[in-house]
Amino acid sequence: MSERPILEVEDLKMYFPVKSTGVIRRTVGHVQAVDGVSFQVEKGQALGLVGESGCGKSTTGRLVTRLNKPTSGAIRFEGDDISDISPRKLKPLRREIQMIFQDPYTSLNPRHTVGSIIGAPLAIHDVVPKNKILPRVQELLEIVGLNPEHYNRYPNEFSGGQRQRIGIARSLTLQPKLLVADEPVSALDVSIQAQVINLLQQLQREFDISFLFIAHDLAVVRHFCPEVAVMYLGKIVEIADRDTIYGHAHHPYTQALLSAVPDVKQAEVGGRRERIRLQGDVPSPINPPSGCRFRTRCPMAQEICARVEPPLMQIGPRHKVACHFAGELGQSPTRPVTTSVLGVDDQGSPAGTSPATPVPTGPGYDQQWFDLSSQQVISA
Amino acid sequence: MTSPANEVDEIATDEATHHSTGPSTAVVSKSPTRIAMERFRKDKLSMTAFSIVVFFFVAAVLAPILVKTGVLDPFGTNQDLLNEFSLPSGKWGGMSSSHPLGLEPGVGRDALSRVWYGITFSLAMSISATIIAIVLGVVLGIVSGASGGWADTIIGRLIDLTLSFPQTLMLLALSSVLVTFISDKLHVPSGNPSQAVYVVAILGLFGWTGIARLVRGQVLSLREAEFVQAANLMGASRARIYFKEILPNLWAPILVSFTLIMPTFVSAEAALGYLGVSIGPPTPTLGTVLNDSLSYADTDPLYFFVPAVTIMVIVVSFNLLGDGLRDALDPKGNR
Repeated sequence: MSERPILEVEDLKMYFPVKSTGVIRRTVGHVQAVDGVSFQVEKGQALGLVGESGCGKSTTGRLVTRLNKPTSGAIRFEGDDISDISPRKLKPLRREIQMIFQDPYTSLNPRHTVGSIIGAPLAIHDVVPKNKILPRVQELLEIVGLNPEHYNRYPNEFSGGQRQRIGIARSLTLQPKLLVADEPVSALDVSIQAQVINLLQQLQREFDISFLFIAHDLAVVRHFCPEVAVMYLGKIVEIADRDTIYGHAHHPYTQALLSAVPDVKQAEVGGRRERIRLQGDVPSPINPPSGCRFRTRCPMAQEICARVEPPLMQIGPRHKVACHFAGELGQSPTRPVTTSVLGVDDQGSPAGTSPATPVPTGPGYDQQWFDLSSQQVISA
Repeated sequence: MTSPANEVDEIATDEATHHSTGPSTAVVSKSPTRIAMERFRKDKLSMTAFSIVVFFFVAAVLAPILVKTGVLDPFGTNQDLLNEFSLPSGKWGGMSSSHPLGLEPGVGRDALSRVWYGITFSLAMSISATIIAIVLGVVLGIVSGASGGWADTIIGRLIDLTLSFPQTLMLLALSSVLVTFISDKLHVPSGNPSQAVYVVAILGLFGWTGIARLVRGQVLSLREAEFVQAANLMGASRARIYFKEILPNLWAPILVSFTLIMPTFVSAEAALGYLGVSIGPPTPTLGTVLNDSLSYADTDPLYFFVPAVTIMVIVVSFNLLGDGLRDALDPKGNR
């Protein structure tokens, strides 16, 4: 734990401008795709990023790989902030951070052979002499479980699972330290999904690669990631280790998400599980709701939720949640738990008292946290 | 790096191993182009069109050689074979073993030689114009689609301007001025060479708009493709992305537009020849031969049919070839 995390993201924001139509295109608003996200990925670990479509998880991945330039915030890779560096300085970084794409059918150029696709990073970075590229490509094909003699074939001659393996081989070519996997298995069918996930785990152990694993499949994330962050409308609403998220989720959105996952064991036992049905649609990220962004669909939203935005507050050794009424399913408190931290009364109006303890907003976890049951800051 | 292949093998029991052929059988790899060509070869109509196009190309290349060796004689007059009305004597427009397609009324030149030699000039001019149009269109289309910004706006307006320009009118009105300009300022020999350069330039400079729009649209969609993002992520330069990642995916539309623009230029050249803007006499082009024949259309209709049918066959077979190529290269289209 003392080792420095490989990736630290702090208060990351990405606002896409919305332009009016017509000759003079004025900016009329912003899509707040990612709005103040903080997390960290430790070396050799995997952080899962889950959430429904459009919640900003893919955008976060694109920001970390610097395919997009963030509006504000810091992305610290091995301690250096990469959020604002020039394209020229970015090039060496490309070796360290790579990405696995979602769709194996569009992520490989149909006019290039597998060998030239996998070898392209070597040629671009000029790291090995030309005659050494082919042996390296064959080695990589072998690593991802493909026939090394197939280097001169074209992507159209491979199945979806094989193509995703080619994409993985390409991302491994430069021996990256961090892999951003943007829904790497959601385009594959279930049996192939398992193979690809196992391959990724294999590679993680073998080469000590850290993963930022973006997915919407909670079962896949549970299998792959020891730590999970749940996003909703551009913000992280809950982040915790695997057992806490799947066993003791405190945020109503996480609880709703988990209740939507079909459970085979439940079918065996018989009877119906209690499902939380969320009403309405996700609000527009151009004009998000005031206060808590989830309040428009939250079953326990109250006055305070519209007035004050709940901070992402640490409530356990490795557990942060952003909710005024955080609590396990069915045991949510009747009074907001955040009043003493924020210095507001139950309706969210300023209470006159200064905030008892400043809430740490850093990417990592602190040694002390706010205990919900005792309403006090306790330390490990 | 240790190779974890053995461990991976256990989990990699998927299609990878099923597909692999034994070491003895040679692995024949099928590129998208190769697959398209196989599909093309199966299409009888396209193959027929293709052979006709090849036939005309070979004919066009052979014609100057045959003229030089005296097999074809597009200039010699055969006044002795014309009757008192200056029409070819004998049946079928004067067809005989020495003049298989008959004679030109009035002058008495060999019709086959005129048309055959005309094909050379017509195809040479329309190919040059097509190449100019394609190069202009591809370059401006890529720049427009890739840059987005102000370059896109300027090129877009330039396309609109070019399309709205009354080109035929200008072609006729400015022909004498511009042909003189070409021969005086660009030091092209005056007469037919300058005239040919003028026609090629006009056709090329006004014909690039369609392909520019096509390429722009393709670049716009390819630019967002995941494989281009992957190249970005590798740190590939812009040049590499445009020429190595995007351009190879544009060959299909470029090839198809080549075969579809080409016949329009053949008929455009014929029309210009008819209007008297193209290469002047005595050098034949399909357009000028057609023009010559029109004054005898009622008295000697066979002579009119020779260039007219030739133009039609060239245009139709090029169009069929283009359609066949498009079907073969784009299997997702309606077939």
